[in-house]
Amino acid sequence: MISFSVNKKRVSVDDAPDTPLLWVIRDTVGLTGTKFGCGIAQCGACTVLVDGSPTRSCSFPVGAVAGKSVTTIEGLANGETLSAVQQAWLETQVPQCGYCQSGMIVATTALLKEHPKPTDAQIDAALTNICRCGTYDRIRVAVKKAAGLA
Amino acid sequence: MKRANFVATTAAASGVFALGFELPLKPRLAEAAEGAPAIRLQGFVRIAPDETVTIVSPQAEMGQGVATSIPMLVAEELDCDWARVRIESFPTVDKIYNNPAFGTMGTGGSSSVRGWYLPARKVGGQARAMLVAAAAAKFGVPATDLRTQNGVVYHDASSRKATYGELASAAAALTAPTDVTLKTADKFTIIGKPLRRLDLRDKVTGRAGFGIDVVVPGMLFAAIKQSPVFGGGVGRYEESSILKRPGVKKVVNLKSGVAVVADRYWRAKSALDAMAITWQDGANAALDETAIATAIAAGFSETALVAKKVGDPDAALASAAKVVTAEYHVPYLAHAPMEPMNCTASVTADRCEIWAPTQAPGPVVGVAARLTNLAPDKVTVNMTYLGGGFGRRFAMDFVQQAILLSQAAGAPVKVIWSREEDVQHDVYRPRSSTRIKAGLDASGKLVAWQQRIVSPSIANASPNAPNPPTKADSTSVEGSADKRYTIPNFIVDYVPKDFAVPVFYWRSVGNSQNGFFFESMLDEVAHAAGKDPYAFRKELVADKPRLLNVLEIAAKNGNWGKPLPKGSGRGIALHESFGSMVAEVAEVSVDAKNHLRVHRVSCAIDCGQVVNPNTVEAQVQSAVIYGLTAALFGRITINKGRVVQTNFTDYPMVRLAQAPHINVEIVKSAIAPTGVGEPGTPPIAPAVANAIFAATGKRIRTLPFVRAGFTA
Repeated sequence: MISFSVNKKRVSVDDAPDTPLLWVIRDTVGLTGTKFGCGIAQCGACTVLVDGSPTRSCSFPVGAVAGKSVTTIEGLANGETLSAVQQAWLETQVPQCGYCQSGMIVATTALLKEHPKPTDAQIDAALTNICRCGTYDRIRVAVKKAAGLA
Repeated sequence: MKRANFVATTAAASGVFALGFELPLKPRLAEAAEGAPAIRLQGFVRIAPDETVTIVSPQAEMGQGVATSIPMLVAEELDCDWARVRIESFPTVDKIYNNPAFGTMGTGGSSSVRGWYLPARKVGGQARAMLVAAAAAKFGVPATDLRTQNGVVYHDASSRKATYGELASAAAALTAPTDVTLKTADKFTIIGKPLRRLDLRDKVTGRAGFGIDVVVPGMLFAAIKQSPVFGGGVGRYEESSILKRPGVKKVVNLKSGVAVVADRYWRAKSALDAMAITWQDGANAALDETAIATAIAAGFSETALVAKKVGDPDAALASAAKVVTAEYHVPYLAHAPMEPMNCTASVTADRCEIWAPTQAPGPVVGVAARLTNLAPDKVTVNMTYLGGGFGRRFAMDFVQQAILLSQAAGAPVKVIWSREEDVQHDVYRPRSSTRIKAGLDASGKLVAWQQRIVSPSIANASPNAPNPPTKADSTSVEGSADKRYTIPNFIVDYVPKDFAVPVFYWRSVGNSQNGFFFESMLDEVAHAAGKDPYAFRKELVADKPRLLNVLEIAAKNGNWGKPLPKGSGRGIALHESFGSMVAEVAEVSVDAKNHLRVHRVSCAIDCGQVVNPNTVEAQVQSAVIYGLTAALFGRITINKGRVVQTNFTDYPMVRLAQAPHINVEIVKSAIAPTGVGEPGTPPIAPAVANAIFAATGKRIRTLPFVRAGFTA
C-alpha cells in the first residue's frame, strides 16, 4: 500500500508503485477532474501539485508520492468559494470544451505562488500546457486578473 | 465516487417530482414523434415552484457554448429570469431533439444555432403563451390584457401578478398553441447579450463530466491497439501471461485490433503494452508519401468532374495580358481533440446503454442496434461533455469498440485510446493539391480563373457512393468552387484520388484547404497586377456589401497599410463558409534565423444576428488557433501503410507562447444567424502565408510553414 494525501485527505492505494499518479487519482481515488491528454508529459492536462510543485501526473509514478501531499483541481476551491485563479477563469470566461482547463488552472496556481506578479515571459514559460480550443488569449488575461495585474 | 456531472444531472432530473412542465417524459416524447406541438415543451422546459427554469440543450457541448446559446433562444421568448435558468443535456435520443439542419441528432457543420434559431424560440414562445393562459384563467381576465417580464405575468389593470413558478402546474395541463408570435429583434433582452456560459463553473472546478469520466457500477476498463497499417488486422498475440497480470479480465480480438480489459485502466494499458502482438499488414503495407504524391500528380492530367464553370476560361486565359500559374499542396491532418477517444457501453441480453462523448447521438442508436441486434428503443445514449470534437467525434469507431468489448466482457466497459492511437487511427482531413491559372487583363483586372483540385474524397468513402463518382465531391471543392468573387471566366474541377488512409470532416472541412489555396493565389495575382492585396479584393467584392464590410473592418482593425519594421508584414484573407463571412489580417515577423512569430490577428465576422457575443468571440479565436496550428505544424505522413506521427512531440500544437493576440469584431445584423464554429478557420493560413510574403518575399505554397524552413 502507498499512502499519501490528496486535497488534505489521507489515502492508501494498492496500485503498483510504477502506476502513473494520474490513473491512481482518477480510478482508485475517484477524482476525475485531472485529465488524461497525452501520457508523455507533453500537454499538461494531468497537472497536479505535489508538495506544491506543478507535476504532470501521467508520467509520475505513484510510488514517488508516498508520504507527500497532492493537490488536484478539486482541492483548490474552499467549499463553494472559488480560488482567485478559478474566479478569474470564470470572470474571463476562459474554458471552451474545458478539458485542458484543470491542468491550466493548477499550473497557474503554482505560477502565481512563485511569481505573484508574473511577466508575460514568465507566463509563457510556466504555462506550456496545450489547449486545442485555443483559449490562450483569454488565459493570459485571466492569469493577469488573478494576479491583480488587470 | 463522482459520476459524470452532465449525465448525473440528467438522470436525477428525470426522477424529479412532476411539477411544472416535468411530466412523464417517454410517452410524451413518443407522441412528439407524431408532431404534436405541445410536446416540445415537456422535453425542453421545466419550471419549478422555486422559479428555477431548466432548459434542455439538444446539441453536443464540445466547447462552442451551445449549451448556453440554445437555452438563451428559449429564454428570450419565454420571458423568464435568466438568473434562474439552469441547463441540462437532453435526456434521451428523440426526434424532438433532431438538429433541424440534419434531420437527426448531431452537432457539426456550424449548424446548431442556425438550425435552432426559430424552433427553440418557438418552444419558449409556446411555454410563455401557456403560462399567460394559466394566469388569464386564474385572474378571470383575457390573455390579451396580460404581459410578461422576468418570469412574472402581470395584469396591470388590477395590479395583480403571478410568478411562473406559481403558474407552472396549471400551465402544464394546457395545450400548447401552435402559432406564437415571436419577438422582433428590437425587443430582444437576452439574444445579443454577452452572457456568461452556464457550464463554466463546473469546468473550473473539475466537476464537469466528460466521456472519459463516466463511472458505471461494475465497470471494467479497456485499452486498445489497432493495426498500424490501415486495413490490416491482428495476427498472433500471446495472452496467457497477460491474463495472469493483476486485475486483467480478458483479452479481446476485435479483428482490426486487440484490447485488454481490466478492473483499472492502467492495469489494462500496461498489460497491453507488455503483450507481444504481430499484425497482418494486408494490402496497403507499401503505401507511402511517394506513392500518394505520384498518384495525385497523375490526377492533374486525368478526366475531371466540373464543380463550377462560368464564361469561357480557356479563351480568357489565351487572350489575357498576364497569366499567373501556381501549384499548392496541403497534407493529411489529424483532429487531436484534447480528450482522447473513449466510450462506455453496457450491453445485456435486452438492453444497450451507451455513455459517449459523441457529436452524433442520433446515428449512435442505429449503430448500436445493428451491432447488438436489439431494437432501437432498447438502446439508450447518455450524453457527456465532449473534450473537443472538430468533426472527429462524428465517427463511430470508438462507440462500436465499447459495444463489442462490453459484449465480450459481459460487463460495462469503458474503452480509452492512448494519444498514439488517436494520432495514428484518426479519420483525417484529406491531403489536397491544386493547380491554378489566373488571367489578368491589361488594366490588371482578374478576368480568368482556372483551377483543378486533386484529392481523396470524403464522399467516395461512403459505402453508398456511386463508383465512379458522378459529380465533384462538394467537401473537396467547397471554398474554391463557391467563392463569390466577381470573376467573369471561372472554372473549378476535381479529380478524386482515394487511398487507404481514412478521410473525414475536419473543422471547416473543404474550406480548410480551399481557403488557403484561393486566398494565397489571389495574393499572388494581386502582386502580379501590381495592386495592394486589400484593394484588389475590394474590387472583387464591390457589389457584395457584407463581404466588403468584413474586409474593411479587418483591414482597419489590423492597421492595414501602416508602416512596419523590416522583417515584419501583414497578410489579409477573406472567406465565406457555413453562411458566415470572415476577414482576417495577420501581422507577423520573421527574424534572421527564420523564426516566425504571428503577433496579432484581427478578425471581422458577419454571422447574421449574434446570439451570444461572448461565445462568438471565443469561437473565432478558437478557429484561428486551430487553423494556425495546422498551418504552422500540422502534417500527417504515411510510410509503410501507416501514420508516421505518434503524439504531440511529432504532431505539435500551438501553445500559449506562440499564440497571437486575436481581436474579433462582430458585425451587427438582424439577418437570421449563420455558422460560427468553423468560419474563422479557413482565412488564417492564407492570411499568415500572405503576411510571410509581405515580410520576406517568400511565397509558401505547401503547408505546413515549418516545411519551408520556418520555426515557430
